[in-house]
Formats: sequence, C-alpha cells, structure tokens
Amino acid sequence: MRFGIVVFPGSNCDHDAFWGIKHELGFPVNFLWHRQMDLEGSDCIVLPGGFAHGDYLRGGAIARFSPVMDAVLDHARKGRPVVGICNGFQVLLEIGLLPGALLRNDSLRFCNKPINLRVERAQSSFTSGYNVGEVLELPIAHGQGKYYADSDTLEELDSANRILFRYCSPGGEFGVEWNPNGSLRDIAGICNAEGNVLGMMPHPERYMNERLGGIDGKPLFLAIAEAFS
Amino acid sequence: MNNSQPPVNLDLALQHGLNEEEYDRICDILGRTPTFSELGVFSVMWSEHCSYKNSIAELKKLPRNSPRMLAEAGEENAGLVDIGHGLAVAFKIESHNHPCAVEPYQGAATGVGGIMRDIFTMGARPIASLDSLHFGSLDVPRNRFLMDGVVRGIGDYGNCLGIPTIAGEVVFHSGYSGNPIINCMALGIVKKDSIASAIAEGEGNPVFIFGSRTGRDGIHGATFASEEISEESESKRSSVQVGDPFTEKLLLEATLDLVKSGALVGIQDMGAAGITCSSAEMSAHGKAGIEINLDKVPLREDNMSSYEILLSESQERMLAVVKKGREEEVIAIFDRWELLYSQIGEVKNDGLMRVFSRGEKVCEIPSQTLALGGETPVYHRESKRPAYLDETNETDLSPYRQDRDWNAVLLQLLSSPDICDKSWVTDQYDSTVRTNTVFGPGGDAALLLVKGTDIGIAMTTDCNPRFVYLNPRRGAALAVAEAARNVSCTGAEPIAITNCLNFGNPYKPESFYFFKEAVAGMGEACRAFDTPVTGGNVSFYNESEDGSILPTPVIGMVGIIENVDKAVRSNFQQEGDRIILLGKTAPDLGGSEYLYHLHQVIAGDAPALDLDLEKRTQDCIREAIDRGWIHSAHDCSDGGLAVALAECCISDNRSGFGAVVNLKQGDLHTTDLLFAETPSRIILSVPVKHVDDLFALAASMEVYAKDIGKVGSNHLKIDGLIDLDLAKMQEVYFSSLPAMFKQTQAAE
Repeated sequence: MRFGIVVFPGSNCDHDAFWGIKHELGFPVNFLWHRQMDLEGSDCIVLPGGFAHGDYLRGGAIARFSPVMDAVLDHARKGRPVVGICNGFQVLLEIGLLPGALLRNDSLRFCNKPINLRVERAQSSFTSGYNVGEVLELPIAHGQGKYYADSDTLEELDSANRILFRYCSPGGEFGVEWNPNGSLRDIAGICNAEGNVLGMMPHPERYMNERLGGIDGKPLFLAIAEAFS
Repeated sequence: MNNSQPPVNLDLALQHGLNEEEYDRICDILGRTPTFSELGVFSVMWSEHCSYKNSIAELKKLPRNSPRMLAEAGEENAGLVDIGHGLAVAFKIESHNHPCAVEPYQGAATGVGGIMRDIFTMGARPIASLDSLHFGSLDVPRNRFLMDGVVRGIGDYGNCLGIPTIAGEVVFHSGYSGNPIINCMALGIVKKDSIASAIAEGEGNPVFIFGSRTGRDGIHGATFASEEISEESESKRSSVQVGDPFTEKLLLEATLDLVKSGALVGIQDMGAAGITCSSAEMSAHGKAGIEINLDKVPLREDNMSSYEILLSESQERMLAVVKKGREEEVIAIFDRWELLYSQIGEVKNDGLMRVFSRGEKVCEIPSQTLALGGETPVYHRESKRPAYLDETNETDLSPYRQDRDWNAVLLQLLSSPDICDKSWVTDQYDSTVRTNTVFGPGGDAALLLVKGTDIGIAMTTDCNPRFVYLNPRRGAALAVAEAARNVSCTGAEPIAITNCLNFGNPYKPESFYFFKEAVAGMGEACRAFDTPVTGGNVSFYNESEDGSILPTPVIGMVGIIENVDKAVRSNFQQEGDRIILLGKTAPDLGGSEYLYHLHQVIAGDAPALDLDLEKRTQDCIREAIDRGWIHSAHDCSDGGLAVALAECCISDNRSGFGAVVNLKQGDLHTTDLLFAETPSRIILSVPVKHVDDLFALAASMEVYAKDIGKVGSNHLKIDGLIDLDLAKMQEVYFSSLPAMFKQTQAAE
C-alpha cells in the first residue's frame, strides 16, 4: 500500500501526514508536487491540510485547477481511495468529488483544539478500524469548517449512511456546545456514494503518537490499507 | 542626480529624526552633502531600531557566551545554540509595538512574518512561534479592538504559514492603553552543517531579490518605531506594512531549498529599512561592497522614486548573494516556488554600498558606517533614578493585610485577565501543526519534540512588568528567574535566552534608568543560570499621550530535555499524590497581583531574589523529574500560592483534581501566606512512594521542602481559609476572558 501526499505550495500538514504514515505506521509514502500529472503508482491519495494557494478567496478554490487534480479525479473515478483532510476536504468539495461546502466557523474565528467525534458507521473502507458509536478524540484546526449543504443533500448523506463522523461530547451526545464550528447535522466527515473518497475536517494525521496527544488517527489509515491493498 | 529629489540641508535631516551632530557626521563621512536618498538611508540605519545607538553600550555588558553558542548575539539574524545530535536551534524575539498601536491586525501579522524570516534566513526551519502581549484594560473598547486584531493577526499569519504558536503570555495594565506591547518570538531548527549566513562577499557574485514586489508600504517604519506615539501616528498608517503569509510560506520553502543547494554565499531577509538594511549589513558583514540597480527591482506601482524603493518595508522579500555561475540552479528554485525574482546587483570589493537609479548614482556610502557593529553612532545616555521610587518602595503595605472572605478573593483573582485561562486567545492559534507539540499553551512552558530524536525543546516568555516598575534591576532578574523556573518545571534545562526590551524614551534620564538597571539585572541572572543572551530587540519610545508603559523586558527562554517522555505537566495528575512545596514564603506583597487586582495598587518593592537558592531549587526539581519521582511541577508566581494551587487543580479543562492543603508557616499573615509572590517556589505532586526520596534530594541540595497536603476530592481546601469546589473555580477561570469579548462580538 503506497500513499501519495499531494503538495500544493501552501500545504502545511503534508509533512505531518508523511511522517505519521511512514514512521508511525510503516507504509511507503511519497510527496506529489501539485504541478505533476503522474501519481507515481500511489494507491491512496492524501490531500493534506494547509492553505493550498493562500486561499484568500476560499479554501481550495484555486487548488482544484492544479494539474495533479486531473490525475486525482481519474484515480477517484476508478474507485481508488482519496482522503481529504481539512484543506484537502475543501478541495474535494470544490472539485465536486464530494457534495456541499465548508463555510466560515460560526464563531468567525480560527479554532484549534482537540474535539470529540462519534463514528457513525464502521462498515466503510475508512472506518472499519473503529466501532459504531465509538467516540474518538482528534484535533481540529480551521477557520472554515462549517459543513453546509442543501436539505436534499443532507437527507441523501444521512439516508445513504455517508456521514462517517459527527462532532459530539466526550460521552457521545450531540449538541451545539459540542459542535465547534456550526456544521449542519454535526457533520465532521463524509464519504462519496461509492465509498472511496473521504473528506473530514479533524486531523487524524496529528494523532498517531501518544506523546503528541493520542493515537485515534491510526486506525483510519490502517483501515484504508486493509481495504484497498 | 535624480532631479525630483528635494535639496538636502540640516532642516530636512532634523525632519528625518537625525540630530545636528549626526548630520554633520554624515557630511564628514561622505565629504559632501548627502543626496536625498542617502539622507533617507542614514536616517533609517541610524534610527534606534536599526542601530541600537542608545542601547548597545549597555547590551554589550550582557553575557553572550557558553559552550553551546554557535553564533553570538548580533553576528547573525538570530542566536544559534547547539543542542547536540548535529542540530542547533535559532531563536529570537522582536517587538512590533508601534505598528500594532495603529493597525493591530497587520501590525501583529507582520510581526510574526518578520521574526519568521529572521529564523529561516539562517537555514533553520521555524518550528515554533510564541507571543508576549501586553494591553491596557479590557474595559476600554479600544483595547478590546487592539487585542482582537492582534490575536487574529498572529493567528491568521502563523496558521497559514503552518508554524505552531505554542506559548506566550497576555498581560494587562492601564499603562499599555494606546501603546500595546506585542513581542513575537520564533524558534527554528537547523543541521549544524547547513547554516546560512547574512553575508555578501566574493567580487562579482550576483545579488538577487526575490519574493514580493516592492511597494510604498512601510516607508520609514524603522524611523516610526523610534518615536513616541501621538495622534499623528494615526496618519502614519502608511508606515505599517501589510502581510501575505502565503508568499512567506513560498519564501520559507524556497530559502531552505536555496540553502540546501549550496549555491548561496549569503542571504538576508528584508525587514526594517528593506533593501537598504539588507545590502548594507550583508556587505559590511563580508567587509565587501555592493552595487545595486534599482531599475531591476520588481515594483508594485509606477513612478516610485529611488528614495521610496530603498526605504520600502514591503514584506516577504529576501536578498540573496549567489555563487557566480550557479545562477540557473537558483532560478530553478525560484521558479518551482513561483516566486518573482530579479538580479539587482553584484558584490564589489570597495567597501561601498553604491546604488543606481535611471542611470544615475543616487547613493554611495561606506557600508561599515551603516551597519550595526560597524561605525554607527553609539551614545551613553544619562540615567537618573526617579525620585518617586524610594517613596513607592517604602510604602507601608500593612493596611492591605486584613482578614477577608478568602474564597471571594481567590475567585476574584482567578477571574483576573492576567491569571484566567487564555484559551480564547490560544485556540485561535494552530498549536499542533507540524506534529511536534508535546505540551502546548497553558502550562508553565511549552515543549516540542525534535522529530527523529527523543529530545524536547522547552520554551516560554516571561516578564512581570510590575516588579520591573518597582525595582528594574531586581524585576528583570526575576523575569529571567521565572522563565528559567518555568522551563525547569517541565524537566528541561534552561540553555539560553533572547530578550525584547520595551521601554520609554531613552532621552529622558528617568526613563533610561529603568533600561540600564533592567539590563544589569538581566545580566546578573543570566550569569547565575549560565543562560547567555543570544540576541533580541530593543523597543524604546513606548509612550503615548496616556503616558509611558510599564518597563517591560520580556525574556524568551529556551531549554532542552534529553527525553521528552520524562517531562511533566504543571497540573495535578493523580489522586492520592502528596503535594510538596519547595521554597519558603516571605511577606512579599509588593507588586503582587493581589495588590493590583484587589486594590488597584502597585507599591512596595519587588520580592528579594536569591539567585543561588533559585538555581539550587531548579536543579533540584530537574533532578527529581529526571529520576521519575514527580507527577507535576508548577511554578508559583502571579497570585501566589493560592492561585498556583488552584491552577494545579483546574488548569486542564478536561480533567480536574481537588486538593486538601495546609500552608501555615509560623506567624506569616494569611494575606502573605496565600498571595505573596516570593520567587523560588515550586508546587510538586509526588507519588507517596517517592516522597522520602524527594526530601532527601532537597535536603542534600539545601532546598527547603515541605509536605503541604494531598491531591484528591472535588474541592480545594487551604487551611481553614479557603474551601471552594472545582466547578465554581472552573466557571470563573474559564469564562472570564470570553465574557469580556462578548460585547465586541455582539457588535460585529
């Protein structure tokens, strides 16, 4: 299982994903510069966090035009795994691999802190390492993470079980006080209908080492490796 | 010469902030009247901000050596300290007070940008950002506006750049109203064999500018920073630069690639005084000359004069001297990062900084006369102890030692903006990007893991300006001691400091007294802890129409722990642990948070500091942590023992522990017992099985230790004086700061 991490000029979680996948999990991994068209045999593409092109306009708005994205689209359409984390999630929405939009947080402020999220579905290629209802702790770090979609889309996501993670309390309850950005239906992460494209705001790559806060991010990457090897 | 330039004479020089003596010296150096551009160049390079002319004589008295030092203060853009394993850390702190007073968002953002460039220009990858912020009372709407803007500015810039903001402090006092103190510190890590230098040498080597275009922003920023703030300052908004963190990110990556390529001779960022400062300093450093053609500089707007191009402080620009013949390698790197670049000149060997514009020579100045460490002016300013200090120091504090409802007092202190939880601020910063953060904001010091090793780097910024105001020498020493104590409380050994010295007008002898004394006190403490001063920044003229700030020498301390797994946090970790207090409490109410917050008084003297005892106490705690005997260690400072104990109980918002404590110490008055700010005290939580070991160790090091109680229950009980449940303390501690900003948010 080889992971390929796309590097836009303003990516800043690329090294974190690289380090975690390589040194905490031991999978081969390489960087893919945003102007290259070749995915170099990567099995799973990771679109990392950051500010791809500065994103003064809107998160991910320009990144979708980077040459590498044609190859990523092609990869996704073949049913191969693509994971977008934070800014990567924004890029997936902009390019249309996932539905909806990410708006500015309700607080209108950037927010970095560990939050809890509940695993809503364990039978997916991304979440098979967790149990349904399990409460994870992962950090969020974004100013533009309020998930928004029209009500038909939300219904579709809900009924097709495509909401994989929701913000919750440490005990697994939902409520505005546990939703850090105002996301509709407490959505923290969703997948596409085919189940091979995941977008999420929290950062699993930051929690792969006890020393650095926790290891709740590890099972996600292990599950991908198992499902798509 | 350029005929759009006004005639130069003494009047114009005075308008540029130079004095008559300086103007005469410039004419002597040149052997003629300077051109308008040259006058501009001298005025910025001889401003306090660039030349340190009023401070350097004192700064030279600070200790600057230790076996770990790789570059001494002033030699490069930032100090460089060996941390073993073939690695070094580069770190520095800088002020951005004056820009923040008029445009807080951009002022703070460019403060972060500037200090980051100082770090990566040395080839070091920045891995941490810290901010020491001082504001006037939040009851004043303008101060809420300033703080909100500064916090957003720091956050937006650092978050986009992807450098975690991991520590700092926020301090309030009415003296900062209208003149906030905004000090930004950064730390980077570099392999010892790939350090870059800010040097221009080798005749014929090409000089490149790369990064943003040069515009009219920030002209005379350095001169602006060397004046008092007045109503006219509002009209100096054009002196404030605008930041572009995305370009900075490209600049950072490109610079590190350039250093790796081996094609560089030297590189320097452009901060204060832009092209002028970097070319003058680099050529002076290399004892070479430099020739620049301003027609080649990429500009943001048409018709900029040579004067404007030379003095522009447009952000996100770098100057690189490249080995002749290797231009293409360098250009390939600029292209990869989509950065604008231009070859604007070359290195000469005549010691002159020579500048051409539209075919005319507009500037020809010996580089050494412009650069710090060269032949810039050095003044020994007059200092005079203010008469009111003796009276203030001898204030009888006994009227403040009266029995009260101590529960209410403690709650009031926990809600004080100086003491309360600051996550309203720190949550707006990305503190975990780059995945090195072991301890983020909120503890005694932050701790970062050095990837690929077990080493941890501990960092903190500290200063209690009330102590400096009452007794500058002792206050500055206390600031160093507290910073070292905070680092030691994680288990890390303090290795070096950087400092940012924020004071008033140096031409006022009573104001300069504080500076001179504080530098002396800092030197004494740094010698005692063997923590040399690696560099830093001086910011004078922190005076507004409301008066002068409290003198604020901010200390940025860095420490090393060989194994991060041994490090401990500041809050209680386990029920049943014994609570041990190192150090004795003295009746030190002078300058305390208690006096200031409860009685609005800053009086008395700063607490006495026994540097030898302080050092032994810190050695003791580090030894105990290294041996694995300790579960937590918290420095006792603002608010005294009562506040420190409360913090041990509640400072982690996700888990709290109660404590039952008995502090009684002879006939010390309750007010002192609970709230005196005696230094050299640390609160430890220790598993029962190691209590005897700890006492034996403390005795062997002549450190006073006392078992004061036990971790447990959901109350904090102190003697018969305080009994508060955790929920109540948490409520005030965590809600106080957000509540102060609710009004502001409602208005948005």
